[in-house]
Amino acid sequence: MSRVALGLGASLRATLRRELQLAISSPGKIVNPLMFFVIASSLFPLSGRLDIDVLGSIAPGIIWVTALLAVMLSMESLFRSDYDDGSLEQLLLSPQPLYFHVLIKVLGHWLVTGLPLVVVAPLLGLLLNLPAQGYVPLLIGLVLGTPTLSLIAAIGTALTVALARSGVLLAVLVLPLSIPVLVFGAGVVDTALNGLPVAGVIALLAALLVLALSFAPLAIVAALRINVQ
Amino acid sequence: MLSVANLACERDERVLFANLAFTVAAGSLWQVQGANGSGKTTLLRILAGLNGDYSGELQWQGKVCSEVRTEYQQALFFLGHAPSVNRTLTPLQNLRWFCALQGFADDAAIHSALNEHGLRGYADIPCYQMSAGQQRRVSLARLSLTSAKLWILDEPFTALDRVGVAELEARVSRHAAAGGAVILTTHHPLQTQHPLTVLNLDALRPEAA
Repeated sequence: MSRVALGLGASLRATLRRELQLAISSPGKIVNPLMFFVIASSLFPLSGRLDIDVLGSIAPGIIWVTALLAVMLSMESLFRSDYDDGSLEQLLLSPQPLYFHVLIKVLGHWLVTGLPLVVVAPLLGLLLNLPAQGYVPLLIGLVLGTPTLSLIAAIGTALTVALARSGVLLAVLVLPLSIPVLVFGAGVVDTALNGLPVAGVIALLAALLVLALSFAPLAIVAALRINVQ
Repeated sequence: MLSVANLACERDERVLFANLAFTVAAGSLWQVQGANGSGKTTLLRILAGLNGDYSGELQWQGKVCSEVRTEYQQALFFLGHAPSVNRTLTPLQNLRWFCALQGFADDAAIHSALNEHGLRGYADIPCYQMSAGQQRRVSLARLSLTSAKLWILDEPFTALDRVGVAELEARVSRHAAAGGAVILTTHHPLQTQHPLTVLNLDALRPEAA
């Protein structure tokens, strides 16, 4: 008999692999949020006679706000196809711990949508005249902050998965919850630009990530159970 | 196996069913009948544990279902209206994930399940290139992979051709004969040698009585 029993780790890997296969089979999922991020950020320098130093000082804010919106856009598709085709029922009815499967699904989605944002962010920093000492804090902040944003957005996605058009409602649900991440994320760069130590702000961002990793999956599972009836 | 006591469900102030009580024993084959909108799907989803909007009690092997959720879900195979097949993935990828959720990996079994369901050579074709009937077959190939005792199938015959319908009828009969239990809904008269228990929701409705 060639049947191999899988432990939790192996079955989580299967969920992660499926998430990546889904991304490969519809590359728009990866490319669209990334294009949005690049285009929206690059509109700012064109939108008025901004002084180049002023632009540099608001660059962290611009990058963070557009990253937040891009993450939100990308998360809308997280449970959509699984809800429509019934795969979500199979997940909810499987004898697996949903907490971990949902967590790995969100993190898989972050790998293909959030991580590319982090990678192109320095390019946008260049475009927006971000001072040199801001790049490392920007990257650290985004690496810690975008998974948190993904997890928060996933709660909103799970709550609105039964609605055909959830765009605005999703924004209304998710944006207020994302404010702390935005404040501390842009704060890391600002603090660095002012020549102050950034460890404290980074620790706060990390704490938010730990909080989201621990509690968001619970909320997501509960929201999915409500919507899949 | 599964016993239902005093089950009632209301949708939009309309009573779908009330005082429903029955026991699904091992080796039995149940067909839930009723007009469109009579609550067949709702009943099946309540039995599967997806819909919690009911009053009454569900027991699995004598224990309340919600208290032995993992155990119950291990013993349950549910297939809803939607085929639960991702259209952008291949049958192999779809079924691998299904197997992983059930806690095993077995590519040989997946291939033989696909062959059994008339999908030889389709393992690596994306599902969106297949017909609705073939997608349904991918979905039903799970029946050959699951070791669940209780099958709950909502309109499993949708989109299947005549041969497919006959094969599925034979498959559910075999499962019941082997000591499993099947609850399904369908509008076509089920051809089976196995004794069939019919639950007619229209006849049970309070206002009909």
